[in-house]
Amino acid sequence: MTKQRAAVLGTGQTHHRAKRPDVSMAGLCREAIDRAMLDAQVEWKDIDAVVVGKAPDLFEGVMMPELYLADALGAVGKPLLRVHTAGSVGGATAIVAASLVQADVHKRVLAVAWEKQSESNAMWALSIPIPFNMPVGAGAGGYFAPHVRSYIRRSGAPQHIGSLVAVKDRRNGAKNPYAHLHQPDITLESVQASAMLWDPIRFDETCPSSDGAAAIVIGNEQAAAAVDRPGWIHATAMRSEPTTFAGRDQVNPQAGRDAAAALWKQAGITNPLEQIDAAEIYVPFSWFEPMWLENLGFAAEGEGWKLTEAGETEIGGKLPVNPSGGVLSSNPIGASGMLRFLEAARQVMGRADEHQVDGARTALGHAYGGGSQFYSMWVVGADKN
Amino acid sequence: MTDVAVVAFAQSPQERRSAGTTNGTEMLVPIFEQLFAGTGLTNRDIGFWCSGSSDYLSGRAFSFISALDAVGAFPPIAESHVEADGAWALYEAWLKIKIGDAETALVYGFGKSSAGDLRRTLALQLDPYSVGPLWPDSVSIAGLQARLGIDAGLWTERAMAEVAMRSRRDAESNPTAQVRGSADVETLLAAPYLADPLRKHDCAPITDGASAIVLASAERAHEFTEHPAFITGFEHRIESGHLGGRTLTDSPSTRIAAAAAGINGVEVAELHSPFSHQELILRTALGLDESVRITPSGGALAGNPMFAAGLSRIGEAAQQILDGKAAKTLGHATSGPALQQNLLCVMEASQ
Repeated sequence: MTKQRAAVLGTGQTHHRAKRPDVSMAGLCREAIDRAMLDAQVEWKDIDAVVVGKAPDLFEGVMMPELYLADALGAVGKPLLRVHTAGSVGGATAIVAASLVQADVHKRVLAVAWEKQSESNAMWALSIPIPFNMPVGAGAGGYFAPHVRSYIRRSGAPQHIGSLVAVKDRRNGAKNPYAHLHQPDITLESVQASAMLWDPIRFDETCPSSDGAAAIVIGNEQAAAAVDRPGWIHATAMRSEPTTFAGRDQVNPQAGRDAAAALWKQAGITNPLEQIDAAEIYVPFSWFEPMWLENLGFAAEGEGWKLTEAGETEIGGKLPVNPSGGVLSSNPIGASGMLRFLEAARQVMGRADEHQVDGARTALGHAYGGGSQFYSMWVVGADKN
Repeated sequence: MTDVAVVAFAQSPQERRSAGTTNGTEMLVPIFEQLFAGTGLTNRDIGFWCSGSSDYLSGRAFSFISALDAVGAFPPIAESHVEADGAWALYEAWLKIKIGDAETALVYGFGKSSAGDLRRTLALQLDPYSVGPLWPDSVSIAGLQARLGIDAGLWTERAMAEVAMRSRRDAESNPTAQVRGSADVETLLAAPYLADPLRKHDCAPITDGASAIVLASAERAHEFTEHPAFITGFEHRIESGHLGGRTLTDSPSTRIAAAAAGINGVEVAELHSPFSHQELILRTALGLDESVRITPSGGALAGNPMFAAGLSRIGEAAQQILDGKAAKTLGHATSGPALQQNLLCVMEASQ
């Protein structure tokens, strides 16, 4: 017997901000959960299990915080599973929740992902020396900047591509009331005038640091029958590879290519550029849009930037990328991947409000983490198959 | 859905202080080799990998990344990680095989508890706003739990010592055990208190260690072992995060999980009870009678590698079936302060 069908019944997220001192960690999670349950039209008695994801516990200073949060997460007396797979965790959490339904273990599962970065200090948490590892000491931007330089050298992409992505994503984010940054008036000139942080990455081409949470209710076919336009989960994939080894391609990592290949195959997609109507891709630094377009197979190697330059990744283009504003507009790290997954679902459910892509029926949600080494992805659709 | 079986189990020596790093690699490589040798699998044959470990135990972000060096994760692998005991990683891997995404899975858990001050580290699991700042350590919380049961007449210090005596004696025949001993109850009860009413023998030692399990689909299980341990019940539940909001002398989460998992007829139950009185709580919640052999490995009181000890209990219970010694066994894992979260894995020799 093959796996059961699973669908997104509803989604919710917080207003993402640099600091959310108005809520505790529990309150932050509940803000997203309550919205998701309202959107899915379910009550606590309908939720069979809870899957929680977040990035390192050192980001808040609480060891396995889901233990203390069990009550707020509505998990008491139920199964609660905590996932942690670095930056890809929000996606991995949704995939585990989907597995619980696909395996016919549960009818409806609540997936929650969150980060309250303002409770601790992420730069400190990421700077602890590790046995037998070369200390980077450069933060995420310093770590990824050489990969971006390498991409530019390999592809011959013009220098302004990264700025174009930033303009697009921030303008998209201005249409999303939950986004951390609202910059409707941003221009190519203003991005290029912003400070150079890690050459070639400028301040405006960098994600913010956010407090925020995301939640998804996933249900089986019977549960989905009660929902108007559920988002059917067509395919999921996860892949990992080590951070460093001789000969590793850090610009176009094989783990990402393998995950995408498995994903498209499972979803029955042979030409992603033609068959995907909207994509929510994890782009924390603007240059990662063209890099991931290639890694995911939307463009041939070295060609991804051409889609960006031609405006094809804007809303209304051939492949709208991050219509929600993406990670460049909100980055509650543990939740960022789930936001990509749920924004993809909102598109095919026709619930993306101001940033809805007209007629979107099949969408991609993508997340990555670590040193571009952990990947989680899903394809969701308006149709069952 | 595809049925799933445990086909192999291995664990590292349980040590007070491992020479290995917090990365886990040094503890994991030898047990992976043991599993591969036993099953004929290689790391390229594994369809899904899943691990359990803790950033706070390792004192770093992303405790699981360096452990990938033990796997040999290139070409890339399908992989996931839970911030919990490896028993919960086993649960995730079980799902992957059930839905047909993988035919085999290798699940591991590891922890180097000696790297920090474990009692204080575990205090960081408590409500960070109202309880954590008081730094109630894990042994003191367990002491309060034990005292509640004694005062309620549910158990005695002698009954607790009897658990410890059996555990230490069973550990005599477990080559990986950290704590062994033949001392009788009177001798144990003559020892001073560590955290009244707990004595040293009532508390799990601080242990470094790792363990790993290979799962396979029912269709392939017999390729790897003569007696696969088919998983026929797999359930876990959590209780409130507020100690004052729980009945600490009972384990309702275990009770609910047991009803769902179907534990009737188990011959052996490997219970993950880091404190002697917690075994008494679990036995009552599970309703186990005298005929059930409890924790023949010696259990957590003989060695408690954090984030691996629960997976080890399932492995030990599976081993009884893999060795052809039992037809139905139960492995249990716990997580969180004072038995907050409990997982049960029921395994049988036939599907």
